[in-house]
Amino acid sequence: MRQSFIQRYLANNHFIAYTSVILFCAFALIISIGKGSVELPFSTVILIVLTEGLHIPLGVELDPMHINIVMEIRLPRTLLAMMVGACLAVAGAAFQGFLKNPLADPYTLGVSSGAAVGAVVVLFFGLSLPLVGRFTLPFVSIITGFLTLFVVIGFARVVQRSMSAETIILAGIIFSSFLGAFISLMISLTGDELRQIINWLMGSVALRGWSYVWMILPCFVIGFILLFFNRHELNALAFGEETARQLGVNLKVRKLMILLGATVVTGGAVAVSGTIGFVGLVIPHLTRLIWGSDHRHLIPLSMFVGAGFLALTDLVARTLLAPTELPIGVITAMIGAPVFALILLRQRKIVS
Amino acid sequence: MITIDNLTLGYGEKKVIESVSFAVEKGEIFGIVGPNGSGKTTLLKAISGGQDVKEGSIEINQRSLASYHSKELAKIMAVLPQQSETAFTYAVWDVVALGRYPYQKGWLQGLTAEDKDIIHKALIQTGTEAFKDKPLQALSGGERQRVLLARALAQEPEILLLDEPTNHLDVSYQMSLMNSLKQWSRDRNLTVIAVLHDLNMASLYCDRVLLLDEGQTIALNEPRHVMKTDHLIHVYKTPLECGEHPSVPSPLITFVPEQNQENNLSPIDQLAIDRNEKWIKVTSPTRWKALSSAVLGAGFSWHNTFVNRHVHKDYQCDDVEEEFKHFLEAHHVSGTDVLGMMTAAMLEDGTILRSNEKDMNLLVMVTAGTSNAVDAARAHEHPSFVQQIGTINTWVFIEGKLPESAYVQALMTVTEAKAKAMHDEEIMDASTQTIATGTSTDSVMIAATQEGTKFPYAGTITPIGKVVAKLVYDATREAIVRNKRRRGL
Repeated sequence: MRQSFIQRYLANNHFIAYTSVILFCAFALIISIGKGSVELPFSTVILIVLTEGLHIPLGVELDPMHINIVMEIRLPRTLLAMMVGACLAVAGAAFQGFLKNPLADPYTLGVSSGAAVGAVVVLFFGLSLPLVGRFTLPFVSIITGFLTLFVVIGFARVVQRSMSAETIILAGIIFSSFLGAFISLMISLTGDELRQIINWLMGSVALRGWSYVWMILPCFVIGFILLFFNRHELNALAFGEETARQLGVNLKVRKLMILLGATVVTGGAVAVSGTIGFVGLVIPHLTRLIWGSDHRHLIPLSMFVGAGFLALTDLVARTLLAPTELPIGVITAMIGAPVFALILLRQRKIVS
Repeated sequence: MITIDNLTLGYGEKKVIESVSFAVEKGEIFGIVGPNGSGKTTLLKAISGGQDVKEGSIEINQRSLASYHSKELAKIMAVLPQQSETAFTYAVWDVVALGRYPYQKGWLQGLTAEDKDIIHKALIQTGTEAFKDKPLQALSGGERQRVLLARALAQEPEILLLDEPTNHLDVSYQMSLMNSLKQWSRDRNLTVIAVLHDLNMASLYCDRVLLLDEGQTIALNEPRHVMKTDHLIHVYKTPLECGEHPSVPSPLITFVPEQNQENNLSPIDQLAIDRNEKWIKVTSPTRWKALSSAVLGAGFSWHNTFVNRHVHKDYQCDDVEEEFKHFLEAHHVSGTDVLGMMTAAMLEDGTILRSNEKDMNLLVMVTAGTSNAVDAARAHEHPSFVQQIGTINTWVFIEGKLPESAYVQALMTVTEAKAKAMHDEEIMDASTQTIATGTSTDSVMIAATQEGTKFPYAGTITPIGKVVAKLVYDATREAIVRNKRRRGL
C-alpha cells in the first residue's frame, strides 16, 4: 500500500501540488521563449516579459530585436500553446469524469474532428458571421463540435444502453473518420496551399500571433468556469448517472453545462490550432496518477499541467529538426497513442 | 411518508407496473418481492425519481415526487445501489463525502466541519472507518457495499431505498446489513424500502411485504400473511414450502428440488435391518424425515440410519450424546446422520412388523421391557423422576408425504395403541397397583419418506392411522409377551 500512501500524502498537500504545477508552467514558459534560432538567456526573457509584457518599469536596457522576437513571435506562440494545452487537458478531464471513461478525450470522442470541420468551412470559405464577427471561427467550431458530440453520444447509446468505454470510443472513431473524409474532400476541392492546410490539420501553433491568443482566451475562461463550477457534479457522475441523480445532482442542467463547457474549450482550441490529439487523454491521466481523481483538484491541476506540457511539446516540435518545424500534433500523437494503449490494457485488467 | 396511488409504469407501450397502490409509514421496513421481470426494480427506481410515471401518483410527505428539487429530494431519500462502479481511483473517504453533496450550497463551498463530522459518523456506523484512506477498488465486495451504505447514511435520509442490497454479500454480511437496518429503522425512525430477492430475508426483517407478479400486486401484508405456499407457488412457479422459523415468529420458505426415482424398489423394501444383541440398526439409501424423542437426532430431522442400542439397565453417563457417538464411531457408523435410541430391554424380544395393505407401506419396530411400568393417571404418586434409558421404544416408518400436523397425530395414535396393548397384557404399575399405560422412559419415532402418497391426517380412524394403530398394538403386545416369557412370567 506504499503507492496509495504516497497518493494520499500528495493529495492532502494541495499547496505543494499547486505550487509545483505553477512552477512547472513558469519554467515551460521561460524555456520555450528562450530557445530557438536566436538563443536568449533566461534572465533576458524574464526581464522582457516583465517590462514589455506586464509593463513593469524596471529601467533596464534591452535589445529591441530581442524584445521584438519575444513580444511578437515567441510569447504569443507560447501563450497560445499553453492555452490550447490547458483547454484540451480540462476538456479531457471533464469528458472522462462525465462518461466515467478514462479513454475519453476531445480527439477520441470525435469532438475535435467536428470542430475542425467547422473551422475548415470558415477558413476556406472565408465566412464571417454577423454579431460574432472575428470570433466566427471559434464560434462555428464550438457549434459543430457540440453537434458532433451529441451525435456520437446518441449513437453510442443506441448501440449499447450502458455505453461501455469501448462503445463510446468506437462511435467517436466512426464519426472522426467520416468527418476527416469530409475535411479531406474540402481540401482537395480547394487545391492550393495544401501543405499549410495539412500542417493546420495536424495541429500547430506556429505563426498565429496575438489575434489567436485573444480568440481562444474567452473560450478558455468561459469553458473553465463552467467545468470548475461542476467539479462536485463530476465527482458524482464518475460513479454513473444513476448514482449522481440519487445523490441529488440535477442531471439535465448539469450534464448540459459540463458538455457545453468541455466543448467550448475544445472548440476554441481546435479553432486556433487544428486538431492536436491525445493531450486531453494523457494529461488528466497523469494528473490523476499523481494527485488522485477528485475533480475539485483534477480540473485546475490538469489545466496547469496541460499548459506546461503543450508549451514544451511545441518547443520540441520547432527545435528538434530545426529549421524544419514539425506539426505539434505529431509529437503529441507519438506520446499519446502508446499511453492510450497502456490505459486500455490497464482497463481490461481491472475489468477481468 | 410515501403514498403510491394507482401507479402505472412502463417503457414505451409496455407496462411494467400496473395500477399498484400502497403507502409506507414512517419507520417501517417495507419489502418488495417478486420473480425476475415482475417490475420490482422499476418500481423502486420510480420511487427514487428515476423513472417517468405513466399514470397515478407518488407522494412523499404529502407532496408530489416531481415537485421536489433534486438536491431537496436527496436530503430526504438515499439509495443503496447494488453496485456503484467507477473507472477511477477514489479513496473511501471521498466516496462517502459525496453523500454530503445535496447539503452543499453555492459554487465555491467545500465541506464544513459539520459535514466532516457526519461523514465520520457514517464511516463508524458502517464499520468502514478503518479503511477510509484506501481506494474503493482495493476493497472486497462486502466492504464496498458498506462504503456505499455509509455514503447513503451521510445523506442523512429519512427514507432509504435498497435495490437487492444483499446480492453480492455472503450470509454474514447480509445478516449484519439487515440487522443494522432494523436497528436504524427503530432508533431514528428511518423508513426503509427494499427490493429483496431472498424471501426469507424479507420475511425475517420486513414489517410488511409487497408481492409483485407481472407488474401487479399479488399480496400486500405482513410477511406471515404474504408468504403463503399457494401465493408463492403461483408467483414463482417452483415447488416450495412455507414452514415456521425454528426460533422467531416468521415464516420460513424452503425450496424442494426435483427428485428422481431411480430405483423401483419402495423405500421400505430398501431398508436394511441389522439385528444382534448390541443393536437393531436400520439403514436406508434415502433420508427419512423423522419426529422423535431419541437421544441422537431428536425433534424433527432427516436421517438415513436408525439405531436402537442395547445398554445395561444400570447405564449411567454424564454426557449421553457424546458417549453414544463414541459407541457409534467404535462400530464404524458416522454419528452425524444417525437417529439413536437406547434401551435396557433385550433386543431379541423386539418385534418388527410390516403392513401388507395396498398403498399403505409401513414398518413398525417395538422393543419392550416393562419393569418400570407407570400408570400415567396416577404418576403423581410416584417418587421424584429419575432419567433412565428407554424401555419401550417404538419406531414407525411410513412411505408417504405427511405434514407436521400428521406426525403429531401419528404420535398420539402410537401412544394410544401402546397404552391399550399394556392394558390388554395387564401390565401393572408396581407402586400404585393399577394397570400401567407405559413405562417411565418410553421413546418413540415417526419417520416418513415425504414422497408419494399424501396423508394429510394420521389420527386413529384415518386410513393410515388405522394401520399404524394396528401394527403398533400388535407389535407391542408381541414384544411384551416375549419379554414376559423370558422373565418366566
